[in-house]
Amino acid sequence: METSRGRMPTRSDLAGGGRARVAAALALAALLGPAHAAPEGGAPTQARQPTPLAIHYIERRVERPKPLNNEPPVPDDEGRAGAQLGLADGNATGRFVGLRFSLRTSVVEPGADLRAALTEGEGARFLVVNAPAADLLALADMPETRDAVILNVGAPDVALRDRDCRARLLHVLPSRDMLADALVQLLAHKRWTRILLVQGPGAGDAAYAEALRRSARKFGARIVAESSFDARGADLRDSALREFALVTRGPEHDVVAVADEAGEFGPNLVYNTASPRPVVGTQGLSPAAWGRPVEAWAAVQLQARFAKLAQRPMGPVDWAGWMAVHAVTEAATQLKSADPEAVRRLLLSDRFEVGGFKGRALSFRAWNGQLRQPVFVLWPGAVVAAAPVEGFLHRRTELDTLGLDAPESACRAFGGSR
Amino acid sequence: MIRPALLVLALLAGPARAEEIFVSNERDNTVSVIDSRDWSVARTFPVGRRPRGLTFSPDGRRLYVCASDSDAVQVIDPDTGRLLHDLPSGEDPEQFALAPDGRTLFIANENNATTTVVDAEARRVLAQIDVGIEPEGMAVSPDGALAVTTSETTNMVHWIDARTLQAIDATPVGQRPRHAEFTRDGRTLWVSSEIGGTVSVIDVATRQVVETIAFEIKGISADRIQPVGIALTEDGATAFVALGPSDRVAAIDTRTRTVTAYILVGRRVWHVAMLPGGRELVTTNGVSGDVTVIDAAALKAVRSVKVGRYPWGAAVRPAPGAARPEGRAAGGGE
Repeated sequence: METSRGRMPTRSDLAGGGRARVAAALALAALLGPAHAAPEGGAPTQARQPTPLAIHYIERRVERPKPLNNEPPVPDDEGRAGAQLGLADGNATGRFVGLRFSLRTSVVEPGADLRAALTEGEGARFLVVNAPAADLLALADMPETRDAVILNVGAPDVALRDRDCRARLLHVLPSRDMLADALVQLLAHKRWTRILLVQGPGAGDAAYAEALRRSARKFGARIVAESSFDARGADLRDSALREFALVTRGPEHDVVAVADEAGEFGPNLVYNTASPRPVVGTQGLSPAAWGRPVEAWAAVQLQARFAKLAQRPMGPVDWAGWMAVHAVTEAATQLKSADPEAVRRLLLSDRFEVGGFKGRALSFRAWNGQLRQPVFVLWPGAVVAAAPVEGFLHRRTELDTLGLDAPESACRAFGGSR
Repeated sequence: MIRPALLVLALLAGPARAEEIFVSNERDNTVSVIDSRDWSVARTFPVGRRPRGLTFSPDGRRLYVCASDSDAVQVIDPDTGRLLHDLPSGEDPEQFALAPDGRTLFIANENNATTTVVDAEARRVLAQIDVGIEPEGMAVSPDGALAVTTSETTNMVHWIDARTLQAIDATPVGQRPRHAEFTRDGRTLWVSSEIGGTVSVIDVATRQVVETIAFEIKGISADRIQPVGIALTEDGATAFVALGPSDRVAAIDTRTRTVTAYILVGRRVWHVAMLPGGRELVTTNGVSGDVTVIDAAALKAVRSVKVGRYPWGAAVRPAPGAARPEGRAAGGGE
């Protein structure tokens, strides 16, 4: 791979001077030898070096609490490393059709204006954005992004796929309701349908809990009791045994669902409930776009490439970052064109399908721009199921049993009926 | 030891065919050997880690196995299961194809986007060729002039000049191309696309897709129909395509390029291999851990044979004593 990263030979380039590496030493000699001395790889290709299709990764840095129990913190390059792998993959593919892709990354500090990052972007038409909902909307509403496609890889907010949607704002990360639907499908399948819900104090926790309530109604599960828990001021190492027994005491239930997105108490709730019940939700058995134990559908290959690049396991936002760049480069490759307008049209069309190591063809929903995709239900040790779970049917595709279906979404920015 | 040998000879007298089907069990790190006379598992022997593609030397006396997690192509005595030696294979060999010369092996290295070409007799790497991401399917044209590999994430067929060992062209196909199979006349290449859900029929002279075959099974959602293995009958009239988690094998009339039957087999069918004579074919079913035997004329599954965990590839050779000219392989090319 190293020999090909420096330049991206075109198809005819490969025909003329494709390299057969006999051995490492020989390959090195070839690289250093006179024919390949220039970084561009020799005169014949220099003139035909294609103009790259520009992608701009924009991230809002978020301050997070220190994780409990000596767990590793959310990596600094979460999402970004995924986008970088997407670029490497895209270029490895693009060279066979004479395409090249570039990725600029901007990381915006807390409090700073995210929109300022756009001026560094040299007018990239494809923006991969890892930032909260407010930032996404601010970006989408700028006149400068009128012709851009924004790919959301960090915000799970349902509202962005509902009444707050924007034309050309695509969502690669599954929404909270897709996550909740995946989890509740599995619970319904196992007939663990009586749920005791414990909710943290954050706005995200409230949104996650609300998504669980909606999913329970959708798939015939029942929230039998609700309680809330605020870890602030308590040292869980001392108080967990007593306090969790109180908040998880209630009517007969099959599982304890927890909504604690920041992980401020959920990890300690596992095995610490009043009744011997599994913990599900943001901790315990969790729905996620991706995770370390995912290995089916050739995921092992993607996991290995990511680990090599980032020196750590791939998380959901990393996968979304990879997937966003992969979708753009794949659309360009299918078109054999770096024309941003043509790529944008294909991405938004219902003809576009792309693989994502989830065992199915993925595509963007025409009514709200959400990437339809399987969601894994996993714990750190194993994938328990991939939703849609067997038996949940939909007339279009079973994937549309997860999240807002066309009639349920209030989004009209995409033209509504398409 | 004389008596059993005589007995075997007696059994072989007359027109009775006898083949051995070697099946790689990805999870067990073993190969199961099925005897076609009674469809029993005659023996099982250990191989390297995560065995996938496997194929025979033209004389059937050497078995090559891609042990992908051992980063090796193993050369095994098929009679005893004894490992003779490893071939240098490059990282993560997934599938391979043996050229008609019986010694040039083209190996797809899934993890590092290369095709490794090995002289199996001299045990020497002839070349490593850059191809797309996650190369998997490998095939060599019957005249030995061309090799092709399919790259699962780049979604292309890469054409390799087998003489110069250079990549000369690439043809885009459907999402996640997994297996490639030349027709016997070498004019046409069949390529399955697992996520695209299609089979591309490619004209070898122009390297253009001339037909894309789609599948439709009543009661099975389209995205569970995931074509992987392909086998063509000796007369070239029928193509059999393994359709993954739909648990079906499609039979395709190669002249009209239409599906004539969907045959229910075991769960998550990976590959298919024709038996010489073309009366039967076998499938490897990864999830149910068995092999389905299909009557190729009746287009019906006739029996299933339990093997190890995650059976993946299959290769066929005449049973010792039965003089049959050649073996055929799936999940390893020919």
